[in-house]
Amino acid sequence: MSNVRTGAQIIWETLVREGVKTVFGYPGGAILPAYDAMLDYPVRHVLVRHEQGATHMADGYARASGEVGVAIATSGPGATNMVTGIATAMLDSSPILCITGQVGSRAIGTDAFQETDVTGVTLPITKHNYLVSDVDDIASTIHEAMYVARSGRPGPVLVDITKDAQQLSTELEWDPSDVKLPGYAPDLRATEAEYQRAADLINRAKRPVIFAGHGVMLSGAMGQVLDLAERANIPIAMTLLGIGGVPAQHPLNMGMMGMHGEAWVNEAIQEADLLLAFGMRFDDRVTGNLKTYAPNARKIHIDIDPAEFNKNVKVDVALAGDLSMVLSDLSPLVESGDRTDWLHTIHDMKGDVAVRDIQNLPDNGHLYAAHVINDIWRITNGKAIVVTDVGQHQMWEAQYYRHNEPRTLITSGGLGTMGFALPAAIGAKLANPDAEVWVVAGDGGFQMTMAELATIAQENIKINVAVINNGYLGMVRQWQEFFYERRYAATPLLSPDFAKLAECFGLAGATINTRADVEPAISKARSDERTVVMDFQVEQEDTVYPMVPAGADLHKMIRRPSLAPIVETADDE
Amino acid sequence: MTSKRKRHTFVVYVEDKPGVLNRVASLFRRRAFNIDSLTVGHSETISESRMTIVVESDASDARRIEANLYKLVNVVRVHDITNTPSIFRELAMVKVAATIETRTQIMQLVGVFRARVVDVAPDSLVIETTGTEEKIEGLLEVLRPYGILELVRTGRVGMVRGKQGVAVEPSDHVEDEDSASDDSDTDDPNVSYSV
Repeated sequence: MSNVRTGAQIIWETLVREGVKTVFGYPGGAILPAYDAMLDYPVRHVLVRHEQGATHMADGYARASGEVGVAIATSGPGATNMVTGIATAMLDSSPILCITGQVGSRAIGTDAFQETDVTGVTLPITKHNYLVSDVDDIASTIHEAMYVARSGRPGPVLVDITKDAQQLSTELEWDPSDVKLPGYAPDLRATEAEYQRAADLINRAKRPVIFAGHGVMLSGAMGQVLDLAERANIPIAMTLLGIGGVPAQHPLNMGMMGMHGEAWVNEAIQEADLLLAFGMRFDDRVTGNLKTYAPNARKIHIDIDPAEFNKNVKVDVALAGDLSMVLSDLSPLVESGDRTDWLHTIHDMKGDVAVRDIQNLPDNGHLYAAHVINDIWRITNGKAIVVTDVGQHQMWEAQYYRHNEPRTLITSGGLGTMGFALPAAIGAKLANPDAEVWVVAGDGGFQMTMAELATIAQENIKINVAVINNGYLGMVRQWQEFFYERRYAATPLLSPDFAKLAECFGLAGATINTRADVEPAISKARSDERTVVMDFQVEQEDTVYPMVPAGADLHKMIRRPSLAPIVETADDE
Repeated sequence: MTSKRKRHTFVVYVEDKPGVLNRVASLFRRRAFNIDSLTVGHSETISESRMTIVVESDASDARRIEANLYKLVNVVRVHDITNTPSIFRELAMVKVAATIETRTQIMQLVGVFRARVVDVAPDSLVIETTGTEEKIEGLLEVLRPYGILELVRTGRVGMVRGKQGVAVEPSDHVEDEDSASDDSDTDDPNVSYSV
């Protein structure tokens, strides 16, 4: 059989050989040859409603499965619509491959119809990108792009392929070992002396804290982190993207750190004498004011990306490499330890947290977002994949949905991309068809990408969508409340009837505005074969507590006022 | 405040492919590192170009620059040769106004600086010189009174002394931190740098 293929055929043949089964995309002029060839290959194509959705779906697919998600679009506007999704994947180290059509190679640079310098536009927001104008380069480039996307610190890679390269034919040569990247060395190893220094610091520490970041899951080091923590009795704090890497129910897992982290977690960090940062990058959202951050703590930083060392926080020992491999070398040097005093101190820090917890507020007729999310957690037994949008609901999800399994919280952390949840959930569902997938989104972010409800209908996808509808762009409103004298500039938000909207798309809808109706609505949605959009009309001016104001000292949190007076007021009425 | 900023010289080997210069320049721009000079040309290896990049930074930033350069897939090797015995050179061409009366004086100065006159016209001279930035600055200073009509400089190129140089694989580039710096004392308290 002849090995001669068109460039368009080579694209699909290469993707299939790379194990790609699902792609998310939108056709157009410059990518038409590839779309024509697609029909002959065993690939499921999901037609999105906007190319941003394709990138978020690929991202959700990648985060839920650990495999590279693939998005495809045409030149010009098709490609520029991908920019937000690519940047989202970049900041959260998510491996996606974006394939874009480009105008014919002779038309490049002429401002041809739908021509954009896509490799130029995406250069700073991709791990790497390629412009392919020679049919002979397509196979090797896609193979290399997949490798770059998934290896080392994962990230988005874009391959821009000219229309003529898709149309011309060549002999397909496929060599799966053929990656010629002389400067790309994703596997780093630290020296033995550095391991010993790190182990000495750990063995001497009286008040250490482990930081579990996204890298714990990307590296598959969940078991090793727990093993180290249990053996040396070291409590664990998680970053937002680290949630799921350590079971929420584990007694050493304190919870989330940072701006909306648990108060005692941040206090423990400030009291600590050693921080062990595993696969995290000391983002400003977790450190607060760097000048007063963990003032008594030595720092050990393990990350696959050496460019993260000493970027925000000066560290004492930096170990470069894949976390799982580094821990294999480091853990044997760590002695088991009894840190009962420290664990008791942390326990005492919890203090009055129970009376401040909104979960303990009796039903006073108000529906709070935290109750909704807590009920979703309870009724799904904490086993759903939850995909959140960005804002207050995202932080409440992180606080009240207790994830015990890795890759079950999918959220845009670094870029904070509103509109992420719905498309990313579609990707997560297609990566895990048997999983129960929930979207938790605000009324603002949901409206940014809700056109993808049509994709859900067309592809016959079953997910559950909880819109936490408070009539405001809630997180911005909260900042206006705290820092801008309640001047609510452009945050009140009028929304459509989300339940009716869902029905327009051929899906199911429900509207819930009392606490008693939450549980029945969740149960009903779970048993419905259709995707259900639940409009939870919650308290409008509710606030995420605790909160470390941007740039403030980590231990100087705004706490939720004690709930006792509120209860009395409710009783008085 | 205590950060010691100085000029760091990086020798960077990159794959000889289209767009690589753009990737390197873009990295410096988006990470807010200022390039003093950047030169690029062929190296001893056919498929690799060699860049000399000069940046003013402290030691910690210099290490981050190196680590970030390594993140570019097309960057093969990076060497910070700032503290390695090296030869640094720059080439400059200077067009100076010259009358019949001043021409001889200028040519004497050119001789003192071991520069060369490469073009003579009735009312001007073009002088070519190679040397360190300091030498070129010195030459320019003495030429300025005659009227510099045009000036072009290549920027610094560098090469490590001795046989080994940077042409071989470097040892691991992780070193001890020599100065913990806190250079944010100039923050204006009225401006929020956090978002």
